[in-house]
Amino acid sequence: MSSGMQRYTRRTLAREILLILAGLGWLFPLYLLLLTSLKPDSQIFSAPTDLPTSLDVGNYAEAWSSADLGRALFNSMVITGGSVALLIVVGSLSAYTIARRPGRWSAVFYLLFVVGIIVPSQLGLIPLYSMMRSLGLVGSYVGIILLYGGLWIPMAVFLYTGFIRAMPKDYEEAALIDGATPFRTFWRVIFPQLRSVTATVATLCGILVWNDFFTPLIFLSGTDKVPLPLAIYEFVGSVATRWNLVFAGILVALLPVLILFVVAQRQLMRGFSGGIKS
Amino acid sequence: MTTTLEAPPAAKTERPPQGRPRRRATAPLIWLVPGLLLLVTARYVPTILGANYAFTDWNGLSSVYNIVGLDNFVAIINGQDSRQALVNTLVLAVTVVIAANVLGLSLALALDSAIKTRNLVRAVFFAPAVLSPLATAYIWRYIFQVDGPLNHLLGAVGLDSWGRSWLADPTWAQWAVAVVVVWQFTGLSMIIYLTGLQSIPAELAEAAAVDGAGPWRRFRRITLPLLAPATTIALTLTTIMALGIFDQVVALTGGGPVGKTATLSTVMYEQTFSLGRFGYGTALALILTLVITLASVTQLLVLRSRERQIR
Repeated sequence: MSSGMQRYTRRTLAREILLILAGLGWLFPLYLLLLTSLKPDSQIFSAPTDLPTSLDVGNYAEAWSSADLGRALFNSMVITGGSVALLIVVGSLSAYTIARRPGRWSAVFYLLFVVGIIVPSQLGLIPLYSMMRSLGLVGSYVGIILLYGGLWIPMAVFLYTGFIRAMPKDYEEAALIDGATPFRTFWRVIFPQLRSVTATVATLCGILVWNDFFTPLIFLSGTDKVPLPLAIYEFVGSVATRWNLVFAGILVALLPVLILFVVAQRQLMRGFSGGIKS
Repeated sequence: MTTTLEAPPAAKTERPPQGRPRRRATAPLIWLVPGLLLLVTARYVPTILGANYAFTDWNGLSSVYNIVGLDNFVAIINGQDSRQALVNTLVLAVTVVIAANVLGLSLALALDSAIKTRNLVRAVFFAPAVLSPLATAYIWRYIFQVDGPLNHLLGAVGLDSWGRSWLADPTWAQWAVAVVVVWQFTGLSMIIYLTGLQSIPAELAEAAAVDGAGPWRRFRRITLPLLAPATTIALTLTTIMALGIFDQVVALTGGGPVGKTATLSTVMYEQTFSLGRFGYGTALALILTLVITLASVTQLLVLRSRERQIR
């Protein structure tokens, strides 16, 4: 309901101020995160809500090296990048086939994918663990990337199929009549038109994979492939109540998503709501 | 070929008249193989295997195991920890789903186009939803410490007596966990409702206002019914997420005090990977799966039929 007819009354102003205050309160934990990450040890519990007496930027250096955050950042990028690339390629190809082939089989396969969205993943994780262990895939990039591929392929196919079905067929028919191979047609004609839904798949699945803790806890614990959430978990275990260090580490770990959020929050919000809407 | 690609209207005329051009394989069926392979090997096969292991005493290592019938489930029902975890999971899910949806819907309604800073404020409320649940839960663990920020603030306004060790208190710990999860989920439900609101034509509410319907009546009679699809999605999605809660409990309490905040997921993890009881663990996972499936399917059916009634 967004018509421009509403007048800006005194009550609107009151509502606006109230919402801004609530928003500031909502961000209080993130404010504390920044504040505490800069504090010296002595101030953590003596004055938890005060401004730091001295800016201990050294916390960041210490957290960076003792939590091995550089390594974790690299791992997170490899795992997320690999999973998203796999989901985009496999998801768009599968969806295109489903959307463009009339008939019973594609309907059956579509259903198979979509049911995968609803089937909870927890039950399969334990057998997957033993399957992947016997294949030597536990503790490897390839293993976890394939795992995330399987976990989120239903969502990717669902989003792509909805989008492709609504697309006109003119361009691809023209290309096919012109003698282009199906793959060339897909890659040169179809895929570029999917840009907006590809962005949705990438942001939605990317964020979910980037933030995931449960799967790496099972499949990557104790290896040198730990992604950021797992690194933070292990770091907290080792430094206990030195919250300034923990928070410096957490802030570093959150930074990539925070930057993405500031740069592309519209796209992100559209990704999440669009991903859910269709 | 590039030239024809740039000139589709010309190509159009080449098509035989009346619909269906010559049948050509626009996409070979074989393109489905990678996707199906991923889907079946990573989702369906393990899930079916899991449902089988739930009836065995498998220890996760040996290839030999015995079928033990319903023993694991009997042990879960009789086991104090697992039964408590089931209750905790349900209580947490109901609390969180109601709170996150009421808050999310209120924010979506309040942040209408009259608010000048609406985009900024929306982004602020949405932000926690995209940040690592584990990492942000650690911030809250600090907030809830006995000598942490929350108790300091309470002291500052003269409410010292309210202060306590929130996460170690058997009655308060689970509500503290719920607060954190609501903080993380609200932004998500808010944007779902916002998307739903944008599809409601403004003329409807205006017409009703002209007819003399008050704001509450307009909300009950127009906005809420037309929001039904968004409500279905927001409720189902937050329910599925809430029933699977794991990260937040690990970061905040580890399941304590005395198992008061343990969920099905945390107990499942502990039993399986710390104690090596894979059979028992998969039985717990099967129960969790059934609870999630039952809850989401029931919600979908009930809410969808409500959507249909409205139309």
